[in-house]
Amino acid sequence: MSSDAPVAEIPGDLLREGIIDRLRSHLGDALLDSLVKPGDDVWVRVRSDAWRETARVLRHEMGFDYFCFLSAIDWMPSPFGKGEDDPTEPAPERDDTIRQGYAGGDSRLQMLARVTSSAQHVGVNVKCDVADDAPVVESWIPVYAGANWHERETHEMFGIGFAGHPDLRNIYLPTEFEGHPLRKDYPLLARMVKPWPGIVDVEPLPGGDDEEGDAE
Amino acid sequence: MTSTESLIDRRQMAYIAAQASDARVNVELETEGMTLNIGPQHPATHGTLRIIARLDGEQVVWAEPSCGYMHRGYEKLTEVRTYPQVTALINRIDWLGSFANEVPFILAAEKLMGIEAPPRAQHIRTILFELSRIANVSLFLGDLGVQLGAITPVFMAFRDREYVLNLIEGATGGRFHPNFDRIGGLKDDLPAGFVDETRAVMKKLRNFCDEIENLLFGNEIFQSRTRGIGVIPKDVALQYGLSGANLRASGVDWDLRRDQSLPMAWNKADWKVWTHPDGDSFARCWVRLQEVRESTRIVDQLLESIPSGPIMAKVPRIIKVPEGEAWVSTENPLGEMGYYVVSKGDLGPFRTKIRSASFNNISIVPWVLKGVYVPDIITILASLYFILGDIDR
Amino acid sequence: MSVLLATDLPYWAQSLLRVLGGVVAVLLPAGTIVYVFLFKMMSFMQSRLGPMEAGPYGSLQLFAEVGKWLQKEDITPERADRFIFRIAPLVVLTSTFLLVAVVPFGPDAWFTNFEAGVFYMLAVSSVSVLGILIAGWASANKYSLLGGLRAAGQLIAYELPMVLAVVGVIIQAGTMNLQGIVLSQNTGEIFGWNGLGNPFVLTQFVGFIIFMIAVQAELTQTPFDMPIAESELVSGYMTEYSGFRFLTFFIAEFATAGVFSLIASVLFLGGWGIPFAWFGWETLDEVDNWMNVVGPLIMVTKMMLLSFIIMWVRFSYPRFREDQLQRFAWKVLVPVSLVNIMITAILKVAF
Repeated sequence: MSSDAPVAEIPGDLLREGIIDRLRSHLGDALLDSLVKPGDDVWVRVRSDAWRETARVLRHEMGFDYFCFLSAIDWMPSPFGKGEDDPTEPAPERDDTIRQGYAGGDSRLQMLARVTSSAQHVGVNVKCDVADDAPVVESWIPVYAGANWHERETHEMFGIGFAGHPDLRNIYLPTEFEGHPLRKDYPLLARMVKPWPGIVDVEPLPGGDDEEGDAE
Repeated sequence: MTSTESLIDRRQMAYIAAQASDARVNVELETEGMTLNIGPQHPATHGTLRIIARLDGEQVVWAEPSCGYMHRGYEKLTEVRTYPQVTALINRIDWLGSFANEVPFILAAEKLMGIEAPPRAQHIRTILFELSRIANVSLFLGDLGVQLGAITPVFMAFRDREYVLNLIEGATGGRFHPNFDRIGGLKDDLPAGFVDETRAVMKKLRNFCDEIENLLFGNEIFQSRTRGIGVIPKDVALQYGLSGANLRASGVDWDLRRDQSLPMAWNKADWKVWTHPDGDSFARCWVRLQEVRESTRIVDQLLESIPSGPIMAKVPRIIKVPEGEAWVSTENPLGEMGYYVVSKGDLGPFRTKIRSASFNNISIVPWVLKGVYVPDIITILASLYFILGDIDR
Repeated sequence: MSVLLATDLPYWAQSLLRVLGGVVAVLLPAGTIVYVFLFKMMSFMQSRLGPMEAGPYGSLQLFAEVGKWLQKEDITPERADRFIFRIAPLVVLTSTFLLVAVVPFGPDAWFTNFEAGVFYMLAVSSVSVLGILIAGWASANKYSLLGGLRAAGQLIAYELPMVLAVVGVIIQAGTMNLQGIVLSQNTGEIFGWNGLGNPFVLTQFVGFIIFMIAVQAELTQTPFDMPIAESELVSGYMTEYSGFRFLTFFIAEFATAGVFSLIASVLFLGGWGIPFAWFGWETLDEVDNWMNVVGPLIMVTKMMLLSFIIMWVRFSYPRFREDQLQRFAWKVLVPVSLVNIMITAILKVAF
């Protein structure tokens, strides 16, 4: 099913709908949710225990041979806001409901990976939930060898374990580093150490913020 | 052995042992299993990359890059910044071709907002994008010589690169960090005389490419140092997510400029994608040389046909990007660079995943360096071409 | 010079003059090569100007460099073998002085006149290998060790083509005495025509090329500079040296380049002489005394020419990998030089 020429845009995006159909036929009910933006992109969310199976299906059955990236998203809104709080004032009320994005979700942390087909020039964003109490998913290394470094980075930044990873240690941070920086409850230390200078200097933004422009 | 001979031997051994125990030099003479640290301060690596190699004589048994010396925490920083501030920040990921870093992010934000930059802005964005590619890769060509021992091409590379940097400075105000792209268009229009200047500079760059080809690529020593070294087959390259010239040198026909329909002007020029079947270091270097030439042709064609019109779409003063997620990636000088932007309708992104090309390009180093000689480590690293800011973000 | 002043000067004064002459003969080429070729010529070839600040057109840059290196801190690594670490640069420089002792600069302007001058020269040029090896070992640094080992392998491998290339010269000249080789070139004939003398660069051109390649390798210059491979080993065996010790290595490198060029000009370009047929001289005794002054000048000119070639190749080529280097020496240079010897012998007997 692979051709080397770039595929023309198909109206209604049969290409991407077709991807979801084939994925569903392989995974069955492990495919929890999906979203297609016609002509743009496709998102799928799979069950956590089918994470590696999804990768295997995508690579070996459906020809998605190019591994783009693997990471995670923390959907909890940051309790520190933008780090612009005035330390002399009480902390403002913040909305802390967790709302996931495209293709839904049930947990605070979600895996996000993207693979592309080099022949058809189309990519798939794959998500899966990561349980809050036991954040472990299967490693993608047996399928995509390049996931090694990406999983190490996700592990050190989010604290997600990868079962089957041969060498899960920190890649950017020193070995003794405590905490998982990209989680939202880990503060941006620069803003903790010194209050954000904009508190004193900020002027109201020019023009007011209800000036809507037309697109074009 | 008779007993007298063995007695002499034993006396000799005892003497040698006594001398050795007196030796104040503590260095292991055995080069078997010697661990060599290349970097983080080292003339060869483009920045603070540390490679730990276990050697057997001159052959590498095991090698591993240790990155993170320049980790600046970009993904965390973008969560507390507004979209224009993020643009200023991400200039510094790949600092040699820095205009190219801003483009995918801006395109992702525009995709979420549902606006498109006017045709003139798209056109000029493409021209500046290609200029930053030329600036980046011409430095690669010069630096290639230095890694291999030829110290002369690098001066020619820097000299000719100055012309391109002057152009970028004339248009944007910054040689290395233009910070010129805005959501909805560009900050300013082109200065007067830009078109003619650029045409002249593109001619000079083509001469430079010919010079480098004669001086370096035709040299037999260069060929014997790079041919057959560090061969990366096609399927391994795809698995590791190698991109850009590295992938094209392994025979994969992949160019995001041609294969995607982004609101940029690449489809307005007639150009060719260069691939090479070998997958060795020479192929990677050669593909980049051809790409620079091709870029100069793209710029020449685009200069002929810059549409007139506004440089900026109508966008509100304070930009709040509606809720959603978007992924845009472009064919940056180093490879495929993409941004996955998660927005919650705020002034700044909720989460940005920065997919940088060199991170994937260097993740293949443990695989490719098994069994090569020590000098080949440098050759392979030079041909894979990375920028530390791109690996470490 | 000793003939000019032999009746006037006591022996100790002559020896002093000889020593001074030796020092000048080593340092002057080093300084000239460094300034003219390394600073200026390399810069012009790379479309830049080179040092321009110190003195007019940067001419005093040499003194600035020497002053800079002298005032740097002298660091000895803690785990290094102190004594050997300190004598290593001196060993390398000693071999240069030993080499220049046998080079004739004029009909009477020589330091020593061994009968087997060529043999002595080839033997003594290997002393620098020792210096490099012990520098690499004594530095207690893995990079230096790697550099030293590479150097040992390379320099020993390229000794052989050098020796074999010179054998062709010896066969043609019929003597191992360097003064005799100069004579045979300047009084010789090519196929009966003595308008140019018989510079061995023409009749032994294969030997000349092999000798120059071997010299490039002996000097560890690019394309044979694996031991110093700057982009990998930082400075190879010289990494741990600082201050005056590094200056000694630096001077030794360029002084040896100069001295090898002097030797190559003696062996192949006719040494201090211009063809005697132009002046009607037949033997060494007929040569006028002014040749003792002009001879060194001619030698310096020929040395500059050959150093120019050495340095030009250095700036232009990338470097060989160690195994390619060895393969080139053993599989290409040695067989070619053996064939050269055979052909020279046959032609010498035939003509």
